[in-house]
Amino acid sequence: MGGGTLLDFARGPGMEWALAILVFGIVWRLVGIFTLKRPKDLAEPRAGASAIGAMWVIISRTWPHKEFRERVLHWEVVSYLFHGGYAVAILGYAPHILLIRALIGISWPGLPGGVIAFAAGISGVALIALLMHRLNSPVLRKISNFDDYFSWLVAFMPLPTGLMAYYHLGGNYEWMLGFHMLTGEILLAWLPFGKIMHTILFAFSRGTTGLAYSRKGAPL
Amino acid sequence: MTTSDTAVLPGDPHVGVPDKQGTASDAERLDRAMHSFLRDFGANNAVYLESCVHCGQCAEACQYYVQTGDPKYTPIWKIEPFKQAYKREMGPLSPIYRLLGLKKRVTAAELAEWQELIYDSCTMCGRCTLVCPMGIDIASLVGSVRHGMEAAGLVPHDLKVTMDRAKTEGSPLGATPKVLKERLAWMADEHQVEIPLDLDKADILVTISSIEIMKYPQSIAALAKVMRHVKASWTFRSDGYEATNFGMLGGDRVGQRQATMKLIEAAIKVGAKVVILPECGHAYQALRWQGANVYGKPLPFKVLNISEYLAEKIAEGKLHLKTDTRSVTFHDPCQVARRGGAIAAPREVLHALGVDLREMKDTGAFNWCCGGGGGVVTIKRADPLRYRVFQIKMRQVDDTGAELLVSTCSNCRQTFDDGQAHFHWDKAAHSLLELVADNLAERS
Repeated sequence: MGGGTLLDFARGPGMEWALAILVFGIVWRLVGIFTLKRPKDLAEPRAGASAIGAMWVIISRTWPHKEFRERVLHWEVVSYLFHGGYAVAILGYAPHILLIRALIGISWPGLPGGVIAFAAGISGVALIALLMHRLNSPVLRKISNFDDYFSWLVAFMPLPTGLMAYYHLGGNYEWMLGFHMLTGEILLAWLPFGKIMHTILFAFSRGTTGLAYSRKGAPL
Repeated sequence: MTTSDTAVLPGDPHVGVPDKQGTASDAERLDRAMHSFLRDFGANNAVYLESCVHCGQCAEACQYYVQTGDPKYTPIWKIEPFKQAYKREMGPLSPIYRLLGLKKRVTAAELAEWQELIYDSCTMCGRCTLVCPMGIDIASLVGSVRHGMEAAGLVPHDLKVTMDRAKTEGSPLGATPKVLKERLAWMADEHQVEIPLDLDKADILVTISSIEIMKYPQSIAALAKVMRHVKASWTFRSDGYEATNFGMLGGDRVGQRQATMKLIEAAIKVGAKVVILPECGHAYQALRWQGANVYGKPLPFKVLNISEYLAEKIAEGKLHLKTDTRSVTFHDPCQVARRGGAIAAPREVLHALGVDLREMKDTGAFNWCCGGGGGVVTIKRADPLRYRVFQIKMRQVDDTGAELLVSTCSNCRQTFDDGQAHFHWDKAAHSLLELVADNLAERS
């Protein structure tokens, strides 16, 4: 496939299909979870329990409690380097913002290309470190499955392809840009079907425990 | 699980030898477990099972992993068959998994293999819940897996015997109504204190743990002295006194309901406004937080752990205490504190006693389990592993340099007693209630 053809596909049907699968998949998975029975908790809540307190857990769990930091903080920091760099690259790069504006009509000022490239580089290096950790840690080796490795690949690919397109590396620019867009579309299409869905589910999961523990007056 | 993944501890005879109850075939056992699992695949469990990112952080909060370094003790791995069954049979992506053969059926052999992970090496202490970046309450998932294991007849024999005894005799340790009456009479006589039993009406129904009746009967006298001091209208009931709930611990829904309903019916019969739960961690979980859900409607009375009652009476100015100047460290029972929310009450009582409270490094909700919860203390074959994790607790207590170790759980207390004997440790766990009873001031 030539560069122009691939880019046309990525800008056209590729993007449309990816977005359609993304929306359908997210709705399917959320409906599949939340239509299951959820018995009401009839225990009298502790005095002072509040839903606001429960919702706070959604934010507070973003950083580990001091009691656990010695054992988990280092890898959590690496994980945030990945997540933070990724967010900056996706939401700060002007062409990405233009694409988002074309899709949903909102936009914001972009960041300089060098900043984006740096953020993407940090994110990619952090992702490689996380993969090495998964391959070397006995705990992670034991609990990992296909989803962990495939989702890693799907999340990783837009980073080097994006950097190569940005720096005009890897031959034909149009082809590389098309390939980069395609990796992004694969990411969007895969999101509802693997662990990357945690970008949405984390709030529900934290909130579920937050509500249960808040009723008990138990700190989380 | 490969051989290399199995850390065989010195003197540990049990690994790879699951207990089985009954003569059902493997297919029948699997069928029963799957039916139970399906019943527990509600929205809460589903959102947990869908959200795990396999980060492995839960291992770092688990005493079994921390002490052994064996990855099989990673909390989320302990519920793997449940997760696998959910993803294959019930999850939103299950049609895809089945169509493409991406998730294998759980087998009876896997369930049997997981017995050690779901019972021997998990006290359902919930410490992993506090570290999980997704906030997954793994302990509640373990509870659901235990339902399936019990249905399949795959409970460790020692625990199962205790559960069955609770069901047939009303007490896991043989503390029948006759034994209760004898013990109450003995304590009333020895301590010269009135202990009301089977009154028709009372404001407060007091319950007790079999462990206290059989091993620490002095706690009965301590309770009676406190109730006399605050001039409470109270009674024990021989038709509803046993606060432990081994059905809940082992995964037996019927046994759990039976034990819970006895207390609820007795409380309603005497018109109790308050039910006081004894120094027993899981009793608090069973009645305070699960009781209404078992009953099917809100409970028509208030449920308090004894530490909450003591703190309440101190705040009301009805409980007057002498000062005890000793240094004390407090062990929070997991089901009362971390998973129950009653963290401030015992500290308010200790403050009123005037002790020099020396908190452990990880305390309150972050406290390390004694290793005896979740029915683990009943499983003899798990003793070597239990002693290993108990060493965390010993270090925690020793580091405070406190003269006295106090707790509000008789199950923790017997775990401490056992650990003390095993390690020839110079510390013993004491009861907060007994400490209060020993320091009651004369009423002016």
